[in-house]
Amino acid sequence: MPYIPHTDNDIKNMLAVIGADSINDLFNEIPAELRIDTLKNIPDGLGEMQTNQLMQEKASLDKRGLCFIGAGAYEHHIPAAVWEIAGRGEFMTAYTPYQAEASQGTLQLLYEYQTMIASLMGMEVSNASLYDGASALAEAVLMAVRANRKSKSKRILVAGSIHPHYLDTANAIVHAQGISIEVVPFCNTQGKVLVEAFATYENEDITAVVIPQPNFFGVLADVNQLTAWAHQHNALAIAVVNPTAVALLKEPGQWADGVDIVCGEGQPLGIPLSSGGPYFGFLCCKKTIVRQMPGRIIGRTVDSEGLTGYTLTLQAREQHIRRSKATSNICTNQGLAVTAATIYMSLLGFEGLKKVARACYANTHQLAALLTNIDGVTLMFQGHYFHEVLLQLPCDIDAVLDNLCEQGIQGGFNVSPYFPQLENALLVCATEVKTEKDLQHFANQLEFAIHQVA
Amino acid sequence: MLIFEKSQTQRQAALQAPDIVDTVLDIPKELQRSSKAVLPEASELQTVRHYTQLSQKNFSIDTQFYPLGSCTMKYNPRGVHKLAMMPDFLKRHPLAPLKQSQGYLSCAYELQQMLASISGMSTVSLTPMAGAQGEFAGVAMIRAYHEDRKDNARNEIIVPDAAHGTNPASAVMCGYKVKEIPTGADGNINLNTLKAMVGPQTAGIMLTNPSTLGVFDQNIKAVAKIIHEAGGLLYYDGANLNAILGKVRPGDMGFDVLHFNLHKTFATPHGGGGPGCGPVGVSERLKPYLPTPMVTKENDSYRWLTKKDCPKSIGRLSCFMGNAGIILRAYIYCRILGLQGMHRAAEFATLNANYLQTRLQQAGFTLAYPERKASHEFIVTLAKEAKTLGVTAMDVAKRLLDYGVHAPTTYFPLLIPECLLIEPTETEAKEDLDYFIDIMIEILNEAKTNPELVTTAPHTLPIKRLDDVKAARELDLTWNFGE
Amino acid sequence: MSDIPSELRYSESHEWARIEDDGSVIIGITDHAQSLLGDLVYVELPELEINIKNGDEAGVVESVKAASDIYSPLSGEVVAVNEALADAPELVNSDPYGGGWLFKIQPVDESELTDLLDADGYEALIESDDT
Repeated sequence: MPYIPHTDNDIKNMLAVIGADSINDLFNEIPAELRIDTLKNIPDGLGEMQTNQLMQEKASLDKRGLCFIGAGAYEHHIPAAVWEIAGRGEFMTAYTPYQAEASQGTLQLLYEYQTMIASLMGMEVSNASLYDGASALAEAVLMAVRANRKSKSKRILVAGSIHPHYLDTANAIVHAQGISIEVVPFCNTQGKVLVEAFATYENEDITAVVIPQPNFFGVLADVNQLTAWAHQHNALAIAVVNPTAVALLKEPGQWADGVDIVCGEGQPLGIPLSSGGPYFGFLCCKKTIVRQMPGRIIGRTVDSEGLTGYTLTLQAREQHIRRSKATSNICTNQGLAVTAATIYMSLLGFEGLKKVARACYANTHQLAALLTNIDGVTLMFQGHYFHEVLLQLPCDIDAVLDNLCEQGIQGGFNVSPYFPQLENALLVCATEVKTEKDLQHFANQLEFAIHQVA
Repeated sequence: MLIFEKSQTQRQAALQAPDIVDTVLDIPKELQRSSKAVLPEASELQTVRHYTQLSQKNFSIDTQFYPLGSCTMKYNPRGVHKLAMMPDFLKRHPLAPLKQSQGYLSCAYELQQMLASISGMSTVSLTPMAGAQGEFAGVAMIRAYHEDRKDNARNEIIVPDAAHGTNPASAVMCGYKVKEIPTGADGNINLNTLKAMVGPQTAGIMLTNPSTLGVFDQNIKAVAKIIHEAGGLLYYDGANLNAILGKVRPGDMGFDVLHFNLHKTFATPHGGGGPGCGPVGVSERLKPYLPTPMVTKENDSYRWLTKKDCPKSIGRLSCFMGNAGIILRAYIYCRILGLQGMHRAAEFATLNANYLQTRLQQAGFTLAYPERKASHEFIVTLAKEAKTLGVTAMDVAKRLLDYGVHAPTTYFPLLIPECLLIEPTETEAKEDLDYFIDIMIEILNEAKTNPELVTTAPHTLPIKRLDDVKAARELDLTWNFGE
Repeated sequence: MSDIPSELRYSESHEWARIEDDGSVIIGITDHAQSLLGDLVYVELPELEINIKNGDEAGVVESVKAASDIYSPLSGEVVAVNEALADAPELVNSDPYGGGWLFKIQPVDESELTDLLDADGYEALIESDDT
């Protein structure tokens, strides 16, 4: 009986107290025609040892290659202490801190997290996390519609250079509320949205503008201009940023006169790739619109004797109180991932995070230099990029990636299916974990693969 | 003390950052950062010690009995966690080639199959990242179904007054109006009230069964008939699935769509407020609308199903495939439990709840539904004590903390005054339940003889009751760097 | 026992209304309502110059554990809101009929006032709620 402590004697005594003949009797309020005796397709249980063997076999099928894929999830060094501490039972097996007195550990940590991420983004306030970067964008859009009282249109302009999965997610989540998401095309030579592209919206009622930095292609856009355009047209500005990159790039709170909402994917801050989750989404905003923010928010206060303590606050926004009028349906968020991220940020500090960002920048630029030495490989776009870069290859990407896979290399992400105008487009990323030897090895193997395929 | 207050300029865990050669940063000045962010400046030991000490200020399943109703705080097996943290799983990029992902995909596929079987549904999508996102996905599918049939007049979702707050909030996110149905005195839905409420405007109903009142609605088949005859669909909130695992299937009750809470029923860690995971299962007619990605098996190999394969899908709910690592944990847990283990989870969760319920009633506590058997949870109401002794449910909850037990859920469901919703789960031993009963009796005595002891509790924790009003009026949400 | 001034009119959703000399009407929530909600932490008021109908949602009062909609008891244009509540929502608790007023409306139809409860009627209403 896995994890069930009852002895025969316990069962007998407990049933006697209840006055039931058998455990089965406890289910007798359930109509008999609904009750079942067995389930199909459920194998017999396993001991922990057999389970270890089963899972080791499964894990061995996921061969680890040398990974040059980014596209929304980034391989970074994670200090051992991060998950040693986050994995402590007191953090891992607690729930939402409803009983503040018995949850000061989680609550203080979340307050520290809010401080760190808000400061990193140059914003005044942050919530305690959302599910992931893409769903955080959806929530940011919903929030903007509530917060921008000057706009009635519920029209959101999104830079076409945003991660296509973010666009899909935002659409799926917001469309039923009458919000229209309109894509502003990016420049096909520069790979970024230029402020000129907004000219067609000059006299329209726009609720918010979504600005990624760096964008899906790794390209840096003129975010100051785009933010200023949004504000000149009474639209809110929503930034979607990478938290590692922000250590070197201008923080969204300083873009022009400062964006209104910042969101993004927290995974780079100490969360393993782990097939896509659990990660966490971050969401920061100006203090004036904090009441429109979804999700848990922690505040500092005092107890009945004047001691400092931390508690969930502004709960009247939330579903458990406000029900159908809540700012969002979100309840559980990504507490454990945020715990890890907080410890990660504490270990790295701002100087450390800057070094990580610089190393990523340097490695990707060196990789681009090596790869564009290969015959027929060119940079897709002119201009500045951060730790990802889009290459154009002289042949079919899938075939090349397949070939690289055989050599133990995960050679990047094929972007062409999402953007048919970008032919044979390969998105590559080299973070700080890649050595010079790794980069050279990739370059050699890519040259070989192109030779084979072309 | 905050980690920032322990910081010293220039101090860092230098070992953890990469060495960098002097590279030229070719980024225009106006796009570069010029100010510092306030992150801690601490040594590795200081960080480790600070967060270890913070962890010790938490109650958790690993350290305390945690009978938080509706949250299924059962033991989170260490073995499961350890296996899910194997490097091969952690290092897998979500966009890794299929050839190098067959291990993970097979786990996800097998879990889809097992969850379909457990729920009596046709197909399962694992991607929703929490119960609330599962609810959103479920209602969005109901909407897509009606729209697909050009049945566009349906604009209402019926929700019981006892429902989780996420239910009405999710329905609104899907563009629906919420119509609340009151609960009958026996805890069941009144069929006549329901009949009067449904019509051509009814898109569906969202229910939990056993309900949040801790009782099984025996009229569920009749409820399903009324809703289906009105042209609506039934949504099952899986928060209480642990009560009926392997005993009853939502599909057999007549539900068209449900979500699971993997962090409740399938023992994945609650993490101090997530990550959760809320897979959705549907009957045949809602299958085309399931959120993507899902996993399919073709000729002994696994691949992702995306919007291309499922053109009517409600779409994508996250950047990749949701809380993949939680899905993995639930899979491992299911393999350990197996068929017999699943039956037993529900049986012993129910045994523990009924034992606690009976003992507390015998000790003089008032049950909200004394005529009913408990499901895996039940409600005690302290309305009488609040009136006669001036001791509220909140006071009792706080006093329990002094005795080293986490409080049950308080003041939910909203329709029962001064309530405690108690869910012991199957993994607690009889001695731990007996201890809980003893201290509940002791607290009731204290309430009679020394009520102030209870109304000012807790007395033994790092802090006393907090000033929530100050917290909300004078918002202090980030440490003021200048201080 | 809660305070129910005899000169005011009351709605069943616990708002009060007081007609001013210039024909405008001041609206707030009753002493009974504020005591049920507990310490208020935030008040959301209607926008100035908008026209609202009798029974429309005109704002929200929030305590730590509850949030309650405010319904306008009259139809008309919002001509003033109590800006002091932004920094001091507790005024609604301490002085519900004075400094804790919510907003002022220029009614389109003064006779709507007579449809509201008088003090006796309101007292009877809250007594029946209590039982």
